[in-house]
Amino acid sequence: MSDGPVLAADGTPLKRSLARALRREKMRAFLLVAPLLIFIMVTFVAPIADMLFRSVENNIVRDTIPRTVQALRSWDSNSDELPPEAAFSAFYTDLVFAEERKLHTRLGSRLNYEKTGMSSLFRKSGRRVGRFDTDEYSKAFTGLDAAWEDPATWNRLFATGNTAMPETSDTYATWRAVILENEDDPLAEEPWDVLFNALYRDLSNGNAFDDPLLSAAKAGLGSIEPVSIREQLVDVDEDWEDPEVWKTIQTYAASYTPGYFLNSADLQLTGEGVSARPENERIYIKLFQRTLFMSLVITFSCILLGYPVAWLLANLPARTANVLLILVLLPFWTSLLVRTSAWKVLLQQQGVINDILVWSGLIDDAGRLVMINNQTGTIIAMTHILLPFMILPLYSVMKTIPPSYLRAAKSLGATNWTAFWRVYFPNSVPGIGAGSILVFILAIGYYITPELVGGTQGVFISNRIAFHISSSLNWGLAAALGTILLAAVLILYWAYDKMVGIDNVKLGG
Amino acid sequence: MPLDTETGDFVVFDRVQKSYDGEILVVKDLNLSIGKGEFLTMLGPSGSGKTTCLMMLAGFETATHGEILLDGNPINNIPPHKRGIGMVFQNYALFPHMTVAENLAFPLEVRKMGKSDREAKVKRALDMVQMGDFGGRRPAQLSGGQQQRVALARALVFEPELVLMDEPLGALDKQLREHMQFEITNLAHDLGITTVYVTHDQTEALTMSDRVAVFDDGRIQQLAPPDILYEEPENSFVAQFIGENNTLGGVVETIENGVCTVKLDSGDIIDAKPVNVSKPGERTLVSIRPERVEFNKDRLQAGAHTLQAEVLEFIYMGDIFRTRLRVAGRDDFVVKTRNAPDQVRLKPGETIEIGWLPEDCRALDA
Ligand SMILES: Nc1ncnc2c1ncn2[C@@H]1O[C@H](COP(=O)(O)OP(=O)(O)OP(=O)(O)O)[C@@H](O)[C@H]1O
Ligand SMILES: [Mg+2]
Repeated sequence: MSDGPVLAADGTPLKRSLARALRREKMRAFLLVAPLLIFIMVTFVAPIADMLFRSVENNIVRDTIPRTVQALRSWDSNSDELPPEAAFSAFYTDLVFAEERKLHTRLGSRLNYEKTGMSSLFRKSGRRVGRFDTDEYSKAFTGLDAAWEDPATWNRLFATGNTAMPETSDTYATWRAVILENEDDPLAEEPWDVLFNALYRDLSNGNAFDDPLLSAAKAGLGSIEPVSIREQLVDVDEDWEDPEVWKTIQTYAASYTPGYFLNSADLQLTGEGVSARPENERIYIKLFQRTLFMSLVITFSCILLGYPVAWLLANLPARTANVLLILVLLPFWTSLLVRTSAWKVLLQQQGVINDILVWSGLIDDAGRLVMINNQTGTIIAMTHILLPFMILPLYSVMKTIPPSYLRAAKSLGATNWTAFWRVYFPNSVPGIGAGSILVFILAIGYYITPELVGGTQGVFISNRIAFHISSSLNWGLAAALGTILLAAVLILYWAYDKMVGIDNVKLGG
Repeated sequence: MPLDTETGDFVVFDRVQKSYDGEILVVKDLNLSIGKGEFLTMLGPSGSGKTTCLMMLAGFETATHGEILLDGNPINNIPPHKRGIGMVFQNYALFPHMTVAENLAFPLEVRKMGKSDREAKVKRALDMVQMGDFGGRRPAQLSGGQQQRVALARALVFEPELVLMDEPLGALDKQLREHMQFEITNLAHDLGITTVYVTHDQTEALTMSDRVAVFDDGRIQQLAPPDILYEEPENSFVAQFIGENNTLGGVVETIENGVCTVKLDSGDIIDAKPVNVSKPGERTLVSIRPERVEFNKDRLQAGAHTLQAEVLEFIYMGDIFRTRLRVAGRDDFVVKTRNAPDQVRLKPGETIEIGWLPEDCRALDA
């Protein structure tokens, strides 16, 4: 025996040729799963990652009003004072451009989630921002020197940036961009009031300007009446005098925010920290509780109704069992909508069940039962819809329990009930576990049925998520609610694993 | 050691019939009585109704006709859990979610026995089958033979007077099986339990039982102690089912003084003992055990009929020699001889003359 590595027939070390052979195997296996993997990545993992991201992402404030965010940074929100004029001016500049780009209403809606009234405040201010008294500046500067009227002057002075005039340079850059976005010529467009406002502010702050035009303007500054942007805004809406508005902007200036999650827990983030939302806005905790509670009730009704059926199926001769199994599966083959509508027909107050009850005299016409558009309706319809998911795993587990267990128990002296409870039932628990997990997880995220038969009292958290996705367009909140739901399911799954053990879940075999 | 089975009729099947589907009788007119303390084996080919009989006795199937008596009382209407019959199932049916000790305690618990009594009994039962150290294990952690012993202990722990065992050794290898056969018989006899044992292994049946009931086609073909069963089969089914047998077809020529002559299909005449034949002209199958065939003429009776045989094959099997012969036109006639120093070893191609004592050759039904 030589001491060297074992060689394969062609002389390469055996280890390497084995690795190569295995690599090819692995490659092939990977290629086989690749289509599914890509499909899952694109349609499942990516959307979930996007959802997780959206639940904390908050770039809209910073992107839409960057100057305001910057100016508010040094403002102490607890001082009970309004932010400085500089902040108002920065906001004015931001708002002008945002209005031009039609972005201010979106920001208004975003901030409205955190503080009601913001949406209309932004819309109103956007409408009026073009008519601010800053045109006084324009008139005054053009009066000093007609060159200020010429776009070329601005281009010459500020297009390459002017360190002595930061605000004006910055504003000019944005203005130029906006003009270009509108496919106009920055050298032909008359300078806007917002530029003169910046010019005034820069001139009054600094001195020693390299350009004679600027020096002249600085010298003439004394004759120009200052315009208070703050007053202008307050003139539009008194809310601008409310520090809370500015606090909200400051609080949500960050790129990432826990706000959506706090909102999902009926909390809110204010300048002072986390606090409970007003009583009338607290709905999510209640909805989560209801979703959990009703999903549990549905799971238990599925166990109660499904267990005997599964037992029957497992103990009947194969032929009869197959026919019955088809009946169990039948609901799978009818449209969800049809089934749900059928429940509507059956359960409504003028529906079949009530008619029969009235006809048979069990209730009188005035006392017709309310069984739909409430929690009862949701529970009944969803139990029906999810029942097969309970019966199938139960059935396949019970199929594997030999009938001799029950016989053995009885031969040992156990009554029918003891034999069932002490011997059969413990062996069927894995099926109950599997069925319960399936039913519960499906129920907790169910949407269509509660929407159709739940009324206002029977809706689930997922209906609220759908509402935020399609109606209120508050995707961030929808994402946060969805994330919480996902986390809740994972936690419950983990708890189940701790208590029962996931190995104890059998789908059969 | 056959007991005197006439002393008591502990279990009685009285004209019992059973049909599952209302069309075919799986058990046809079963009459059987089992004495107290007896070890009775039901032996028969697959599907002959053995398990069905056991299940009727245990109460899991009801007889469609007839009565089953236990200790003189009809039990048709007593539910299984009140019959107090211990049972060992073919697949053991140990409860997988309980430990061995819990499995054994189960019958005592349902009988509301106190904890200390229970533990003592469980321990004694486990020791009895030499499984004392395994009380804390789950059935899945035991070997087949250990599971079998636990199943046995569980069936015995509540001290039933009657124990039913349905092919309990079916899943074990040969050596373990032989060991367990021995243990089961000993236990049964030591405890004085009446045992009904089901198997389709004839060696098992012969070595363990006081009496064997041979089942076929829903009927008991013969019920007898092992030696009688082997040496005096009452019909050709039993003769062929138990042990090895040579059969030759023919027609009865004469019957007199308990001896008949049979003219074989080949034209040869032989002597036989009439068992299932009553008059000349009847068709019969004669059966001769391979070890009762004689080819040493000196040992035959004077005037006995003999047959010409050609040696086809000689197999050396250690303790015995097995010789295959062509006799009366058939070439599957087997002779077994003991390996003794003076024993002749026949060579293929030789022609010899064979014969037998008339009482060893039984003329049975055709
Ligand atoms: N539950 C049942 N339903 C219908 N027919 C049955 C049932 N159980 C048994 N049979 C039929 O009854 C006959 C006797 O069956 P049984 O189980 O008693 O045979 P067995 O002698 O125990 O055979 P084995 O040695 O194979 O166990 C068989 O033909 C079988 O097909
Ligand atoms: Mg059987």
